Amino acid sequence: MLDSSAGRAVGETPPVVSKSVSKRRQGVSDRAIAWLFVAPSIFLLLAVNIFPLIWTVRLSFTNFRVNRPNAEVQFVGLKNYISVLTDGDIWQTMQATAHFLIWTIVLQVLIGFALAYLINKKFRGNDLWTTIIVLPMMLSPAVVGNFWTFLYQPQIGLFNYAVGYLTGTDPSAFSMIGDVSLAPWAIVIVDTWMWTPFVMLICLAGLRSIPSSIYEAAECDRASKWRQFWTITIPMVLPFLMLAVLFRGIENFKMFDLVVQLTGGGPGSITELTSINLKREAFEKWRTGYASAYAVILFVTVFGLASIYVKALNKVKQR
Amino acid sequence: MPHSYLKSAFAAGVVTGLVSLGAATSAQAEDLTLCWAAWDPANALVALSKDFEAKSGHKISFEFVPWPNFADRMLNELNSGGKLCDLMIGDSQWIGGAAENGQYVKLNDFFDKEGIKMSDFIPATVTGYSEWPKGTPNYWALPAFGDVVGWSYRKDWFSRPELQAEFKQKYGHDLAVPKTFEELKHIAEFFQGRVIDGKTVYGAAIYTERGSEGITMGAMDVLYSYGFEYQNPEKPYELEGYVNSDKSVKGLEFYKELYNCCAPPGSSDAYMSENIDAYKSGQVALQMNFAFTWPGINADPNVGGDKSGYFPNPAGQDGKQFAQLGGQGISVVAISEKQDAALEYIKWFAQPDVQAKWWQLGGYSALRAVVEDPGFAKSQPYAQTFLDSMAIVKDFWAEPSYASLLQASQKRFHNYVIAGQGTAKEALDGLVADWKAIFEDEGKY
Repeated sequence: MLDSSAGRAVGETPPVVSKSVSKRRQGVSDRAIAWLFVAPSIFLLLAVNIFPLIWTVRLSFTNFRVNRPNAEVQFVGLKNYISVLTDGDIWQTMQATAHFLIWTIVLQVLIGFALAYLINKKFRGNDLWTTIIVLPMMLSPAVVGNFWTFLYQPQIGLFNYAVGYLTGTDPSAFSMIGDVSLAPWAIVIVDTWMWTPFVMLICLAGLRSIPSSIYEAAECDRASKWRQFWTITIPMVLPFLMLAVLFRGIENFKMFDLVVQLTGGGPGSITELTSINLKREAFEKWRTGYASAYAVILFVTVFGLASIYVKALNKVKQR
Repeated sequence: MPHSYLKSAFAAGVVTGLVSLGAATSAQAEDLTLCWAAWDPANALVALSKDFEAKSGHKISFEFVPWPNFADRMLNELNSGGKLCDLMIGDSQWIGGAAENGQYVKLNDFFDKEGIKMSDFIPATVTGYSEWPKGTPNYWALPAFGDVVGWSYRKDWFSRPELQAEFKQKYGHDLAVPKTFEELKHIAEFFQGRVIDGKTVYGAAIYTERGSEGITMGAMDVLYSYGFEYQNPEKPYELEGYVNSDKSVKGLEFYKELYNCCAPPGSSDAYMSENIDAYKSGQVALQMNFAFTWPGINADPNVGGDKSGYFPNPAGQDGKQFAQLGGQGISVVAISEKQDAALEYIKWFAQPDVQAKWWQLGGYSALRAVVEDPGFAKSQPYAQTFLDSMAIVKDFWAEPSYASLLQASQKRFHNYVIAGQGTAKEALDGLVADWKAIFEDEGKY
């Protein structure tokens, strides 16, 4: 075995490590090193997420307005929270959000799963179709919102033209984003168009994770395709589906850009989702304290619902 | 030792000299940033400002933001103490908040020192763009761009004999510039869905936008002329019976009727640019829009020149005639470290020859020497309409809480006019309640 000093040049003195340094090196525990590695991340998390959250909670109990730097900031107790929870307009935006949330999730899960089921079958051009289907989710929501306003245009819009062609109605006789009864569906359609591929990809991952041996065993037991679908496919894909619902639910609860581009919250306030309403309170009316209380309420709602949902998801996974 | 002392002294002298030179240079030539909306007049201002750069040695950079995001972006900038803008051509409604929160530099001393008199400017623009509190000689801006809502119309369609005859037979008056809003509606109805030169056209492009200020700027034109008042003239902030008077209700009902009968399909969220598009593409006979659009229309190859005419808001049911003020003043941002150079720009901009050139380039000067010049009215096809409209202006609240007041009217008007929810009376009663709550919050009662 070669001595470690054998490779050194003649006359070169070996590096001397002082006893204190050596001791210090030995003194740094694995735990301390681990903390050193995660400290920057924790610091950033505290600075960027936790501190603003605490500050928002603090502001929610005051009458602070960011556009009135000279005004006296007063503690108002629960006044902002009571105002938010008793404001009829806010409950209307909650209803609009619930309508948007429920229908987008239902449609995206159904269509996304159906597409994944089809794509999972081996056929010619499979990869090409997968690429084409996922294209919408690669676009910016602002861009999607903007070009769908053109598709929905009663005089020149392709959507109106297609509906007119299929139903025999005059394309300019209806306005998807200008009609109170149609506008809530207009935003559901666009979000479904854009984000169904995302659900499809998650479902596809779920479908491809099912071992083929299970189906082979079912075939041996002479289980019908229908039975295989309900007793193998659905239970095994369910955790993935639930994950997709969680992602889409959280995303759509805070939906802003797409709907602002499409309808601006109108007509009237029919499509004014909570995030749009919150932005107006915070950055148009500059009611910072009130908007902070509003944001805290929304945060608690989403966090609470998501926590319950994650527990349910874990139970499903453990089955 | 003496040698090294000399060397040190020389080096210190050189450094001091360079620093002084640098300081002197920076005092002479600053890089100023002017913030405004991204629209046609901004391009004219870029061209105009080249003269200032050549004369002063300062460099001007521009930060232009499209109208729908202009208030959001710039008020964020002011409220957060951002140093992006040295000069701000801010909307007229910002003046109260910017003055009370110390965001703009008060210009009275500067005007006195430089001999700039507010009496040299159109009085409505001084009140609208410069004063806070309104009606007091406290100036926070120099009137920079006079603007007002008015109408452009298809003069070539109006002049067709067959259309004139049909219109006269149907409505009993000539197909001409309307004198009242009722007549305007007749014209819009007449053109709605009509086929002209093989193309289906529509009546009137009006403001319906929800997000920023559009529908308020549009509906107010009709409401003012029908008798709407913001408050009791004798008792400020008394709204009941003024905002929601019977006359106001009739005005709002009229605006909804005009939207229902005569707006092009799909114009439920239309503001300045959408209306320009509708008009320039030959879709509509009438277009409500701010005067800044008129130079562009006049120069347009499809609808410009003799094909278009311009008229101020017609009268309401009692013969009253008002128009919504637009336009902005130019202010020095209080947080700017280049205030001297910014004030130099304002001094230069206030000069009559610069203002005359401003008008020539497409900017609406508010200087009386320019607009009262005998040749002004005939200098452009729309110049007389601009003068007539500026003589009948009214403006929205300019209170520090204007944004909340505006959002309330946006919601109430859009809910009624576009979404068709409730009645005009309910919408205006609701608006009174909203505005009262805001003023209560402000400690006005």
